[in-house]
Amino acid sequence: MIWDRIETLPREEMEILQLERLKAVVLRVYRKVPFYRGRLRESGLKPPDIRSLADLQNLPFTVKEDLRENYPYGLFAVPLERLVRIHASSGTTGLPTVVGYTKKDLRTWSELVGRVVVQAGVKPRDVVQICFSYGLFTGGFGLHYGLERVGATVVPASAGNTQRQLRLIQDFNTTVLVSTPTYALYIAEVAREIGLDPSKLGLRLGLFGSEPWSEGIRDGLEAAFGFKATDNYGMSELIGPGVAGECRMQNGLHISEDHFLPEIIDPETGEQLPPGAEGELVITTLTKEGLPLIRYRTRDLTALDYAPCPCGRTTVRMHRVSGRTDDMLIIRGVNVFPSQVEEVLMEIDGVSPHYRIIVDRRDYLDEFEVQVELAADYFTGAFRDLETLERTIKERLQSIIQITAKVKLVEYRSLERTAGKAKRVIDKRIM
Amino acid sequence: MWVRQISIFLENKSGRLAAVTRLLADHGFNIRALSIADTSDFGILRLIVNEPARAYQVLKDAGFTVSETEVLAVEVPDRPGGLAGVLDLLNSAGTNIEYLYAFVSKSAENALVLLKVENLEKAVEVLTANGVTVPDYRVVHQI
Repeated sequence: MIWDRIETLPREEMEILQLERLKAVVLRVYRKVPFYRGRLRESGLKPPDIRSLADLQNLPFTVKEDLRENYPYGLFAVPLERLVRIHASSGTTGLPTVVGYTKKDLRTWSELVGRVVVQAGVKPRDVVQICFSYGLFTGGFGLHYGLERVGATVVPASAGNTQRQLRLIQDFNTTVLVSTPTYALYIAEVAREIGLDPSKLGLRLGLFGSEPWSEGIRDGLEAAFGFKATDNYGMSELIGPGVAGECRMQNGLHISEDHFLPEIIDPETGEQLPPGAEGELVITTLTKEGLPLIRYRTRDLTALDYAPCPCGRTTVRMHRVSGRTDDMLIIRGVNVFPSQVEEVLMEIDGVSPHYRIIVDRRDYLDEFEVQVELAADYFTGAFRDLETLERTIKERLQSIIQITAKVKLVEYRSLERTAGKAKRVIDKRIM
Repeated sequence: MWVRQISIFLENKSGRLAAVTRLLADHGFNIRALSIADTSDFGILRLIVNEPARAYQVLKDAGFTVSETEVLAVEVPDRPGGLAGVLDLLNSAGTNIEYLYAFVSKSAENALVLLKVENLEKAVEVLTANGVTVPDYRVVHQI
């Protein structure tokens, strides 16, 4: 089933619609957002200069830093009184990225999540259990309203308490599971521990997102639960979940390109790349009122496929995200940048500028270890000084990145020195 | 002058301790006493060697994280209650002991113990006043 006829629009008609909306959004940000007015003037452009979709590539990019520098509301295109919801995600240096929604934005959001869940196979008769946390994070609320919009029965179980999740699945006859892929793996494991066969729980579909995952994990999930596991894509800056999702073909994620105009660029040069080439996904929001973004650099690496899909949709498909152009890590669902760790370490006496981050996954939980060299001249020979140092690092990290890190002091000059870019992060998690 | 102890910061990974002892052996140092304190991640190796100043430099040049600390060597009667008597004296004088370890001594009747205390002068004063022998640093480093 296809939720909205617009998903099958012929390419020419889609492009006409995109151009019309692109012109409108450029005009709107030029008028309403001083940041964008400044940016456009700097590049010598005026809204009427956008005459075709090809002119998009003349527009300046927007990056996550821009959101941070205009924290919290600086990039909003409407006055606060027109906003009805605020969400936020963690930022690079402690400041979160704040997003705001008007009433119309929330309606759009529900519609777009509706498309994603319908193309994954959700029906009005389904009972859908959402195991995302409800809060500033967009995952929980985004899926919630989209699923209600298509008439599914929503169980807002939120995250955690796995035994209770299993009880709800059984008692409420849950048929669809919404969670991160790793949490679903954990649910399957806990089920087996208490003597339940995950494939006999009655689940027929899983909707997964908010962290990178591989075909291998998909196979594992489908084998464990005996259901279809589908991928969806989004990010809070753009709207949250609902930007793109897989259809039953499971061959790429259809982007709702009547709302999100995608491009692939070379992350080094910023040049637009031809269809099919792998590069960084850049999105221009075409309809958002609260926080419209022009050429937002997602930092996610993917490729676009404009070939027709057997499912009947004509919207472009993006490949599964293969990596990131920056070094952002997702630890237990929290965005962490090595630069945040570095900043914390640089402020502490007793450690050298050399450090290494080791990420691993044990019992489905991410472990985050920071190894740091003891400064050559700091060592006093006393045990408690080292313990105090470890504790200080741990506490500062906790307050900045909001996750508990294991801190390990290592010998001076024991970490690799390279002439080029240092290998700061070792991610042992199997994706 | 006091007995000079060398402390070395070591990660808990195989071969690190052997690397230190090999290096010292190659440079002809004799290890007079040693102790290791460790957590699951790192340890501190404490050494008393002949020629502490040169050993410190050799270790530093080899890239080890080292520091030097002044400690006290005390002769303890080699019989039950020998150590207890010494510690009682220090305790009653209010001298706090951070750590202690024993010497590889050849002397028959007395054992030699190394003490890290906050106030060295005060500790020596209390001990000698009560008939405890506190050997000279030269004796400790070179016997």
